Amino acid sequence: MAGLFWLIPLVPGVSAFALLLFGRRLSRRWIAWQASGAVFLSFVLTAGAFAHLGAAGAAGLSRTLLTWIVSGMFRASISFTFDELTAVMALVVTGVGFLIHVYSTAYMAEDRSYSRYFAFLNLFMFFMLVLVMASDIVLMFVGWEGVGLCSYLLIGFWFERPAAAKAGMKAFIVNRIGDAAFIIGILFLLANVGSSSLAAINAAPASGLLGPGLVTLVAILLFVGATGKSAQVPLYVWLPDAMEGPTPVSALIHAATMVTAGVYMVCRLNGLFAASVTASTVVAWVGAITAVFAATMALVQNDIKRVLAYSTISQIGYMFIGCGVGAYAAGMFHLVTHAFFKSLLFLAAGSVIHALGGIQDMRQMGGLRKRLPVTFPVFLVGALAISGIPFLSGFFSKDAILTSAFAGGHYVLYGLGLAGAVMTAFYMFRLIYMTFYGEEKATLTPGHAVHESPRAMTVPLVILAVFSALAGLLGLPVLFGRRADVFGRFLEGVLGPAAHHLAHSTEAALILAATISALAGLGLAFLFYRRSPGIPARLAHRFPGTYRLLLGKYYVDEVYDAAVVRPLLGGAGWVYEHFDLKVIDGTLNGSAAAAGLAGKGLNILQSGLVRDYALAFLMGAILFLGFLLL
Amino acid sequence: MIPPAAFLVLAALLFILGIVAFFVKKDLLTQFMAVEVMLNAGNLAFLALAKALGKADGQMVVLFVITVAAAEAVIGLAIIVLIFRQRKSIRTDDLKDLKG
Amino acid sequence: MALVIFVILSVLCAGAVVAMIVSRNQAHSALFLVLAFSSLGGIFGLLDAPFAAAVQVLVYAGAIMVLFLFAIMMFNLRQPAPPERKRLRAVLGTGLALILFAQLLLAGRRALAGGSPPGAAASGGDIAHLGRLLFSDYLYAFEITSLLILAALVGALALAGKREGE
Repeated sequence: MAGLFWLIPLVPGVSAFALLLFGRRLSRRWIAWQASGAVFLSFVLTAGAFAHLGAAGAAGLSRTLLTWIVSGMFRASISFTFDELTAVMALVVTGVGFLIHVYSTAYMAEDRSYSRYFAFLNLFMFFMLVLVMASDIVLMFVGWEGVGLCSYLLIGFWFERPAAAKAGMKAFIVNRIGDAAFIIGILFLLANVGSSSLAAINAAPASGLLGPGLVTLVAILLFVGATGKSAQVPLYVWLPDAMEGPTPVSALIHAATMVTAGVYMVCRLNGLFAASVTASTVVAWVGAITAVFAATMALVQNDIKRVLAYSTISQIGYMFIGCGVGAYAAGMFHLVTHAFFKSLLFLAAGSVIHALGGIQDMRQMGGLRKRLPVTFPVFLVGALAISGIPFLSGFFSKDAILTSAFAGGHYVLYGLGLAGAVMTAFYMFRLIYMTFYGEEKATLTPGHAVHESPRAMTVPLVILAVFSALAGLLGLPVLFGRRADVFGRFLEGVLGPAAHHLAHSTEAALILAATISALAGLGLAFLFYRRSPGIPARLAHRFPGTYRLLLGKYYVDEVYDAAVVRPLLGGAGWVYEHFDLKVIDGTLNGSAAAAGLAGKGLNILQSGLVRDYALAFLMGAILFLGFLLL
Repeated sequence: MIPPAAFLVLAALLFILGIVAFFVKKDLLTQFMAVEVMLNAGNLAFLALAKALGKADGQMVVLFVITVAAAEAVIGLAIIVLIFRQRKSIRTDDLKDLKG
Repeated sequence: MALVIFVILSVLCAGAVVAMIVSRNQAHSALFLVLAFSSLGGIFGLLDAPFAAAVQVLVYAGAIMVLFLFAIMMFNLRQPAPPERKRLRAVLGTGLALILFAQLLLAGRRALAGGSPPGAAASGGDIAHLGRLLFSDYLYAFEITSLLILAALVGALALAGKREGE
């Protein structure tokens, strides 16, 4: 069974292909079962491979399917590997992916393009699994690009809406900028390491193939690619707009999987990042700045999905903080817990939107606590988890990161992380209070009653809630003994042992600090939105500039538009006018005209008169004879 | 003894006279006659060289040329007759249907 | 002696051709051509090719030109063609022809440069020898040519023969 692990990406791939070709002719029931079944099968295979790894001292699995590129001395092959790190990612991707597929069968039940949706969703699973299972950086990049493509396709799923189409393009183009850096990084690697296998790349700094300057350069270039894919500063601008896509897409792609690909990449190539202090510092600081920056924007957003989007950007920042300080396992742990509670939050938000018949503005919500008996509790669990309330999963994973930062002496990073935690709790409970408490403000279309979602949607929610609550137990802090960190120890072979060693008392203090900040955020939200609901309005009145700045997302989009987009479009327009039209079209039309002229010219010879032809004969004879005589 | 070169000069002269005749005349019939002149010039050349090089093959060729010229004249004249029947004119300049 | 005859005949021939060019009347042109071909036949005789000479007079001057005369009479053309305003083509043709003349002379000189092997005259006019050649080396050509004559005959009839009821 474990030997079949290489089928894990292929099963959804084949399903996607079949759906793309024949989807229109299949019944919705069939499509739902096929798409979800394919992912489930992948999950089973993943579990099997994972079990194999779990067996005593089993080595990682690997298999080369075929040699793909042979060019000079450079060889790239399509080969998959399955070690502990891949196992974690694959389990998350297939597991959460499966739940989201099931959820989608109900959420998208009335959509016109059912087959297209599931085809793209399966296709995304294929590419994501290729990404995490690739043992060759070129193949990983194929997966990297592929998920970007599927993201574009799914964000712009309702492409007849101009906003959705534009959001899709924005996502793809911004990603592309990151990918350009990634490719340059790959090229440097190929040139110096001579091989594209990830193992060789990880070993390169130690073996001396990559000098320290190069290591830093390559690591930073790859990380720029990660900022695009994982929506960090400065390339995060596409993620909030990506909320134009269907909510399950936001849950899967823009919360649990694709956006975490950057984190996975950094962890996978920890050989490079660990070898360069500069690069790791950059990673950590970008993560920290992003975490705080995005959190501030989430404080004032009114669209429920946008809040979650900025929250995702912020949380991924935390993961990069973890990677940046060398605690790769902590970063991965937060990735896993975040996958659970963020997808839970998105799906639950989808449930709310579905119940309200499409309303996404929280100012029009309220009092849904009684109406949505399943959605509300699971939403609450998710919010508690992300806020870092003790004993839920987010508490442990966030704590692992912040502790590592502190232990490494990065006190500023720790401070930023703590500030972010306060804000996280605040905006999440602001969301909860605005949506579920207070008076019902929703004006619904007539005939549409607020109802709980169907089972296909609520069951995955519950499952995710359970995981969000309990997953923390996998990575208990050292306080409880080293053996309690099951997660960290599992990944030790790939990511190296946990670096920090703190006194128990220090650690306890840190845990306390984290708890206090979470509760502080929660308390503030309670104050602002339950106790004295007038406070937010008064604050906005007192500090209008700040409020507008936050609401306008620091006007980053506008700056980008003016500084980058418009000049590019202008330049492209100029080139079009002066080069494309005049030179290229001119050349083409010109050569056609020339051919015509030549034809007309030659036409003179065709006079129809015998004597002219005879003259031609004569000339030919003279020339021929002359040639012979010479 | 007549130098063989003399015959060749005569042959060349007759040949180009035939060419000039072709360009000067404007009706099909006389142009056709000019072609016959050119053929004869060729025959003369063949015979001259046959004698000069001592081979009898030149005479054979002449025989065949004359035969084929006869056949050609027959067919050519038949065609000219047809053209005359159709167009009522054998002026070459009038026959320019192939003008492209 | 032979030289004198040659000169006379060649002048006659060339002169007749020139006259043919100059003449405006097609019938006159044809008759001049008869003269030209006949003198050419004489020249053939001078070249030790009696057979060719005989065939020339019989077939060319006798049959082909007669055919031409028949055709001329059939057309019954009275007025000669009016002179062309532009004589460009004729001038050009003449010029090119002169160039060709030069080239032909050059080619002829080269052809003769190999020198004449001895025993040239001997094999010349032997008709029996010709006959043997015809039926051995040139048998294939001989047969094909006969077919060709037949084809020409049939073709001419098919093309220009009288139709039923015409």
